[in-house]
Amino acid sequence: MVALSERMSLSTMQTIRRAPKTTFDPLFRWASVASALLVLLVLAGILGSMVYGGWPAFREFGFGFITSSVWSVGKGEFGAWVAIAGTLTSALIALVIGVPISIGIAIFLTQLCPPWLKRPVSTTVELLAAVPSIIYGMWGLFVFAPLFARYVQVPVSSLVEGMPILGTILYARVPSGVGLLTAGIILAIMIIPFIASITRDILDQIPTILRESAYGIGCTTWEVVRHVLLPQAGVSIIGAVMLGLGRALGETMAVTFVIGNANRLSLSLFDPSSTIASRIANEFNEASDLHFNALLALGCILFLVTFAVLVLARLLIARVRNR
Amino acid sequence: MKFLSFAFAAGLAASALATPAVAVDITGAGATFPFPVYAKWAEAYKKETGNGLNYQSIGSGGGIKQIQAKTVDFGATDAPLKGADLDKHGLLQFPTVMGGVVPVVNISGVGAGQLKLTGEVLADIFQGKIAKWSDARIAKLNEGVKLPDAPITPVYRSDASGTTNVFTTYLAQVSKSWEADLGAGTAVSWPVGQGGKGNEGVAATVKQVPNAIGYVEYAYAKQNDIPFALLQNRAGKFPVPGDKSFQAAAANADWTAAPGFGISLTEQAGDEAWPITAPTFILVHKTAEKPEQTAEVLKFFDWAYKSGDKLASDLDYVPLPDNVVKLVQAAWAKEIKDKSGQPVFKQ
Amino acid sequence: MNDISRNALPTQPLTWARVRPGRRIADRTLKVVCALFTALGAFVLGWILLMLLYEGGSALSLDVFTHVTPGPGTEGGGIANAIVGSFILTLLGIVVATPVGVLAGTYLAEYGKGSKLAEVIRFVNDILLAAPSILIGLFVYTLMVPPLGGYSGWAGGVALAIIAVPVIVRTTEDMLRLVPGSLREAGAALGAPMSTVIVHISWRAARAGMVTGILLATARIAGETAPLLFTALNNNFWFRPDLMGGVSNLPVMIYQFALAPYENWRSLAWAGALVITLSILALSVVARLLLKKDHAR
Repeated sequence: MVALSERMSLSTMQTIRRAPKTTFDPLFRWASVASALLVLLVLAGILGSMVYGGWPAFREFGFGFITSSVWSVGKGEFGAWVAIAGTLTSALIALVIGVPISIGIAIFLTQLCPPWLKRPVSTTVELLAAVPSIIYGMWGLFVFAPLFARYVQVPVSSLVEGMPILGTILYARVPSGVGLLTAGIILAIMIIPFIASITRDILDQIPTILRESAYGIGCTTWEVVRHVLLPQAGVSIIGAVMLGLGRALGETMAVTFVIGNANRLSLSLFDPSSTIASRIANEFNEASDLHFNALLALGCILFLVTFAVLVLARLLIARVRNR
Repeated sequence: MKFLSFAFAAGLAASALATPAVAVDITGAGATFPFPVYAKWAEAYKKETGNGLNYQSIGSGGGIKQIQAKTVDFGATDAPLKGADLDKHGLLQFPTVMGGVVPVVNISGVGAGQLKLTGEVLADIFQGKIAKWSDARIAKLNEGVKLPDAPITPVYRSDASGTTNVFTTYLAQVSKSWEADLGAGTAVSWPVGQGGKGNEGVAATVKQVPNAIGYVEYAYAKQNDIPFALLQNRAGKFPVPGDKSFQAAAANADWTAAPGFGISLTEQAGDEAWPITAPTFILVHKTAEKPEQTAEVLKFFDWAYKSGDKLASDLDYVPLPDNVVKLVQAAWAKEIKDKSGQPVFKQ
Repeated sequence: MNDISRNALPTQPLTWARVRPGRRIADRTLKVVCALFTALGAFVLGWILLMLLYEGGSALSLDVFTHVTPGPGTEGGGIANAIVGSFILTLLGIVVATPVGVLAGTYLAEYGKGSKLAEVIRFVNDILLAAPSILIGLFVYTLMVPPLGGYSGWAGGVALAIIAVPVIVRTTEDMLRLVPGSLREAGAALGAPMSTVIVHISWRAARAGMVTGILLATARIAGETAPLLFTALNNNFWFRPDLMGGVSNLPVMIYQFALAPYENWRSLAWAGALVITLSILALSVVARLLLKKDHAR
């Protein structure tokens, strides 16, 4: 031992331990930080370009931009209300239809599913999420819309014709299968896989002992779900729902196919309308001057709304994780 | 190392396979009105010269915007720009062909040319004032034709469209209430009905939705077997749409009446004249920032004027008369210059 | 104590007959409804796949893969340029996104653990993950289309990259987090600098998961249409080698052709839809299998 340390002087020890490459390490660290900052920059860039591009429209129309439902390219007058209303309504319909189904699927997967069926059903849910949105659009327009027109729009319209409230909301002036309700249904199908898989993960994370104790005192599955699982997962499920909402608000291609592209306000769910995303997709390539700014202003509004929804979702889900 | 060089060589070979040797490719965007004939011309031109034209039919509004933004080599529009706009953006506008806009319908049992309409009835249908096919005013024009008691679905253009501009110009001319409420333009506030994107979208929607009525350039109705309706012209007759009736409408055109040849051919006099005929235009910058590209654009259209007439009339577009072609070429030689002042087009 | 526990055990099995009818009905309803909903999901997926197979399958032929998109109404033709174009755009997007995404994820998991900056970046990343892709297309248009003088494959690739980066960042960070700290400490104890520890130990350990993340990102961007509408647009023929002037791609081609009245275009749109869906589904399945194999290890 003593001989060894005598034989190896400090300098030889240093040379035996090869000096670390001093240039690569800081470079690598710098590259990592830079990449991470790039992510921040991109978000800032998106927000910045939307605000900058949309500013002339906001300045021109003021707050009235959000409330006006006039969208006239010829006259140069733009109002975002029809697009905003269409976006919110279709997203709301998607939630009303999609959330119960998603939770139902999640409960099935975690509580009721026999083990041999779990893998196929999970794969089905994942595959539903992987299908590109343009395919949903094609299915919606070419397969679903004609059936919807014939078997839902026409009978319902003739049923509610003349009735006070329903006669306006559910009346199809031109029953062609496309419209706000159709878009909402397609959106529902698209967000189901997302909400279902997140809810399933949340339900799986609930400690088994809570479930077992409930079963142990004789609860039926329904009571376990209602009194134990859902309250425990409650806030997180709302977070999952908000994530689905975020997706529904921003969905473009599927909606563009089935919403009918009308720029006017209509009170009927069966009438064609438009959403912010479908409006931009349809009109951006031909927009110039104030029209261009108005579309970017629409994008800005969409971004802020989606941002708010996503922030809320994250806060809700994070709270449970930290508990 | 070996693998990398192999991959590099393979990549080069693939890209060489994918493109012809010395080809100049030009990009254009805009009107869907002339798209069928531009596409046929592009295919024939590529066979003959190896140079390609990538034309994206995104609507006249798109064509105008893209050429103003200089993201394409030429823009195409059926809504001609006014002199002031042409000067403001430094653009030269010239016509290529003429075509006709026809109303198309999807009514079971009604074939091409069997339904007769007047301009006023058409305007009222698109305004929602006539809501069903069984309406008395339609029945009066069509005795003997069995029309269902079904609601009419009007289909219009959801994008900024020169075809809409032509169609609404016509409707404003024949219907006072249309002129007062909606006016003419590339996009109007359609009170009822559904939107389709491009002539293609309107044609596809009318084909798919029962009891729909839309307006498309005639080639779209012909190529896709969609029944068209007859319209009463200024002389009170119901001409059949086709190159004969479009030519009759263009016969008395005075091409120098508007800057950039931007005249309108709707509601022309003559027994045979189709009431919704229109020329379609190309926009290029007067100062060519990429002279080789602009020269190629002019070469393409020069070729089209010389050799593309048959392809155009096969699709029922009306080629420009020779004297107008000469005027156009004179404008090219005079107005389109590169940055140093040299004219780009060599006759 | 023992007496109580013995008496607490039910001496007869719980039969439904002993349960109050109201509770029984509620329970049964739940089970039926959940099963129905799940069946509905499977039914819709099956319907969509069947539709694709039927319509797309009847349009498939060897020509589809070897010919260029035809003009309107011209017979024949294929979608070869769209397939190759999509391939190139997706490749471009992934090539740009992978270094950025992996390095950013590495920062979040290794260098930035617990720092405020890392929290903010993670938050921003989650926002980007769920941002509407059409806004990303708008952003890249303003950045790259008028300045470069036209639609281009580069703009399309960048737009796809921006969509892919958050996915890769997320999965990279999650996978790196799973690597046990003891492995890293062992490397550090041997005197390796941090970058070596990360590259040779953490990355290697998380390799399968990171590759899965990249595959998932690829599957995600291969099907995106909206961001390409304003960046790469489309091209009716083979695109230029410098990728300027528009690059043909499957999603925009499908969008244009499906809404057209020409029969040959519509059948090509279906063929394209089938090709793209099968590719994406295959990619997703492969990615999941890779992940499971890694977990099983």
